[in-house]
Amino acid sequence: MNPFSFFIEIVQVATLLGLAPLFIGWVRMLKCWTQGRSSASILQPYMDLAKLFRKNVVLAENASWVFRFTPYLVFCTAVLAGGIIPILSVDLPFAPTADVIVLVGLFATARFFTALAGMDIGTAFGGMGSSREMTIASLAEPAMLMSIFTVSLANKSTSIAQIVQVIYSGQSVLRPSLAFAFFAFILITLTETGRIPVDNPATHLELTMIHEAMILEYSGRHLALIEWASMMKLFLFVMLGIACFAPWGIAESVDIVTVLYAFIFMVLKLGIVGAGLILIETGLAKMRLFRLTEFLGAAFLMATLGMLSFFILE
Amino acid sequence: MENTISPLCKIEVFAPINVASLSIALLLLLPALAAIFRRRQSALVAACSALIGFSSLLSIIAGVWTVSSHITGRLVLPIGLPDLPFHLRLDPLSGFFLFVVGLLSFFVSVYSAGYMRGIAAHRPVTRLVSFYGLFVAGMFMVVLADDALFFLVSWEVMAAASYFLVMFEDEKAVNRRAAFLYMVIAHVGAIAILLSFGVMAGIASGFESFNGYTFDAMRQAKFPLEWATVAFLLSFFGFAAKAGVVPLHVWLPEAHPVAPSNISALMSGVMLKTAIYGIVRITFDILKVFPWWWGAIVLVLGLVSAVMGVLYALMQHDLKRLLAYHSVENIGIILIGIGLAMIFTSFNLSVLAALALIAGLYHTLNHAMFKGLLFMGAGAVLHATGERNMEEMGGLIHQMPWTAALFLVGCISISALPPFNGFVSEWLTFQAFLLSPSLPSSLIRLLVPLGAALLALTGALAAACFVKAFGVTFLGHWRGHGRPHVHEADWFMRAGMLMAAVTCLLLGIFPTMVVEWLDIIPGQLLGATISTSAGAAGWMWLTPIAPERASYSGLVVLFGFIMIFAAAYFILHIKAGKIQRVPVWDCGFEKMTARMQYNATSFSMPIRRIFGFLFNIGEHKRLSPQSAHPAFPAKMHYYLRVRDRFWNWLYMPVTKTSFWFSRGIGNLQRGRIQTYLIYSFITIIILLVFVR
Repeated sequence: MNPFSFFIEIVQVATLLGLAPLFIGWVRMLKCWTQGRSSASILQPYMDLAKLFRKNVVLAENASWVFRFTPYLVFCTAVLAGGIIPILSVDLPFAPTADVIVLVGLFATARFFTALAGMDIGTAFGGMGSSREMTIASLAEPAMLMSIFTVSLANKSTSIAQIVQVIYSGQSVLRPSLAFAFFAFILITLTETGRIPVDNPATHLELTMIHEAMILEYSGRHLALIEWASMMKLFLFVMLGIACFAPWGIAESVDIVTVLYAFIFMVLKLGIVGAGLILIETGLAKMRLFRLTEFLGAAFLMATLGMLSFFILE
Repeated sequence: MENTISPLCKIEVFAPINVASLSIALLLLLPALAAIFRRRQSALVAACSALIGFSSLLSIIAGVWTVSSHITGRLVLPIGLPDLPFHLRLDPLSGFFLFVVGLLSFFVSVYSAGYMRGIAAHRPVTRLVSFYGLFVAGMFMVVLADDALFFLVSWEVMAAASYFLVMFEDEKAVNRRAAFLYMVIAHVGAIAILLSFGVMAGIASGFESFNGYTFDAMRQAKFPLEWATVAFLLSFFGFAAKAGVVPLHVWLPEAHPVAPSNISALMSGVMLKTAIYGIVRITFDILKVFPWWWGAIVLVLGLVSAVMGVLYALMQHDLKRLLAYHSVENIGIILIGIGLAMIFTSFNLSVLAALALIAGLYHTLNHAMFKGLLFMGAGAVLHATGERNMEEMGGLIHQMPWTAALFLVGCISISALPPFNGFVSEWLTFQAFLLSPSLPSSLIRLLVPLGAALLALTGALAAACFVKAFGVTFLGHWRGHGRPHVHEADWFMRAGMLMAAVTCLLLGIFPTMVVEWLDIIPGQLLGATISTSAGAAGWMWLTPIAPERASYSGLVVLFGFIMIFAAAYFILHIKAGKIQRVPVWDCGFEKMTARMQYNATSFSMPIRRIFGFLFNIGEHKRLSPQSAHPAFPAKMHYYLRVRDRFWNWLYMPVTKTSFWFSRGIGNLQRGRIQTYLIYSFITIIILLVFVR
């Protein structure tokens, strides 16, 4: 194992920590433009985080250790996932820690604790958010895994680094199954990261909120960690999608030049993905909670079709 | 390495099988002990816990020893019927189950030292202690039995002892009804197992003698496919009734909650596993050759049990009932592994079968640990609050910090979240699912991955259910009226739970060692192992097929968590401001009461609405009559009843038919001597005509 790859690992995690707020800023900026509003600076998310980190924590009287533990745990899972998903390079020393199923499990752990924290204070909003979040997650997870299984079956591995390498080596050409899986993956990404039409990240204090409802009682550095983690989660899902469906650009070997190229490719891809995300968000309205079964059912159907076409056509 | 030992030549006294037999013998002493100490209840509790703990340790030793050094020991006891002695055999498969039963039984015995003392304070525990010992002994005997006779005797000892344990608080009508239901289903199952053994023993001896009753004779027999199928279906039905496979699961949520909690832990954690043992023993060891659709039956029923079990669990608001339904779910997950192993075996893909079988067995061990832990935790809550209904609970994390933390470990483990143990076995099962492209038949290849989707659904719903269970019970505010004096569990109970929790973590972060240790079982049953690939990249990385195909390291995940956590914590606390404790904000709403919190029913409302078609739901809202006008309700009453559809579909017709039938037979009984004389007369005529 190359000692340089450890360095790349650190660079990659730093990229995740540093660029996730920028990506969110970019997405928010685009959204303002498409809606004909003037936007805040692209650096606004950094300022928000910095402000939250500076502020003191105001904690509800009956908050238990679960409430205080959760922000750190959610942050940990995001950073850990950043060390596993190939963002810049596939030669990561920590990549064998987890395959894509474990990654889904890591995100599930973060969600589990967020939902518990939502119930910890004993407010109606918190419980409401937890209940909705867990319901939606339980419908999204089968679709997510089916989509990922299609990719893994096509590339004969569940390890993400390996999937990228198989796609590079040209063993995996354009397949109809992957198109279906990709479509399902987009729907799931919108669900898991709480974007429109599932949850509106811009709403606060509305009866339709899901993620916001769970973290309503957070403040100060706790809130900063959670916000940062949810920015990273969007970033990571985009990266996971890129690695599974369009990895071109990610460095295979670890020399500084290819990694630099990989970085530039990544920024370009993020820009494009952000624009695509905003096209979806401005084109759709938020769905009613119980219409989401149809939305996630469609995702599951797509993923299943992908798997069926893998077995029948390929 | 065969290591035959007869009781006459005492060359090897310290063989695992002798250790195991000693542990059973000690347990059988317990009823006598109970009779002696019945006037001194606290001494009895201490003696019982010590004795069961010690015997469990002995069987842990025997089990680990057998599996680690691949020993097969035999013992023939000249008791039982004349000329039909009892055969005992301890091979790695038995050893593994002996270990599982012993391990949980040990933890529970420590827990019981505290828990039974609480019971003994207000009622005698003599009966509990006697049947507790018999129950554990019965489970040890089942996994050691090597002939049909001893197996069924042990099976019945186990069933009868657990029946009396369910009946422990027999002044409550619910408990009597639950115990009755349990007895009926257990016996329908036992009859099916008996018939299955009858078929196999008959074929083995050519229907000539009684010698076919040993498992050895059955192993050597060649079964025609149709008879093998009959034997398999009968035994699977029987074991499914014991394991609580849907649709034979209805006794489980009735019987497990009403038993004392230490017994619930054992019943849910390990008694159900004896049925898994039976299925593995009969299919892989005795029948050996089978068509793929046997495996498909097991797989499909496993999937149905998993999904239905977790959905039913979500609808519960009784903590112990909820856990009991989760046993249905987890038995389903175990059967998924075993069903996949059977499908792979029938196509001679023995390495893949080994992976699936190990996934199933690993989940067996994991489920014993976390379900035991959760039931012990529920027992501690019940002990402290006197309440099983979650709708009344809340905020217990403040009064019971230990129980809450340990219960949380159980919740994480059962929800299959890394790095705890439940995740590892589900991950292995997923990997087994993803091997379906190797199957020759395209139809199965296509349908098997859909099972993986159902398993994913199960895992996600389980997480939702345990957010509900933990969140409603331990977090928030107390929901009930008035607040009982809640106290933390005592040190014995904490120690029992702590050991189980630590085991959950260890099984989660050292999976490679467990898989390599278990590998002898598929090695003997299927002739294939996965250890060369499973540990290919070192002990830290679990790579069931090949390192580039999939890998997982629970240890690194845990270590990563700790490192990042510590780093984030210290950086943020270099100059951290003081944490200010204030009243709840809740968007500025001031009149919050504890009754406004989400409770178990409201938490599962979205899921109830989405999957409602699977249940029989009765929902009524009624305005209280004090309201002056419907537009200004003073009070609203809400009634919700969620019932198992299987009651109406399956059980009601059966009970109705049996009642109708017995009433018909009852018509023969007229209470007049003349009628009876006519019956005898007709019988004699018929006998004379036909039998002559």
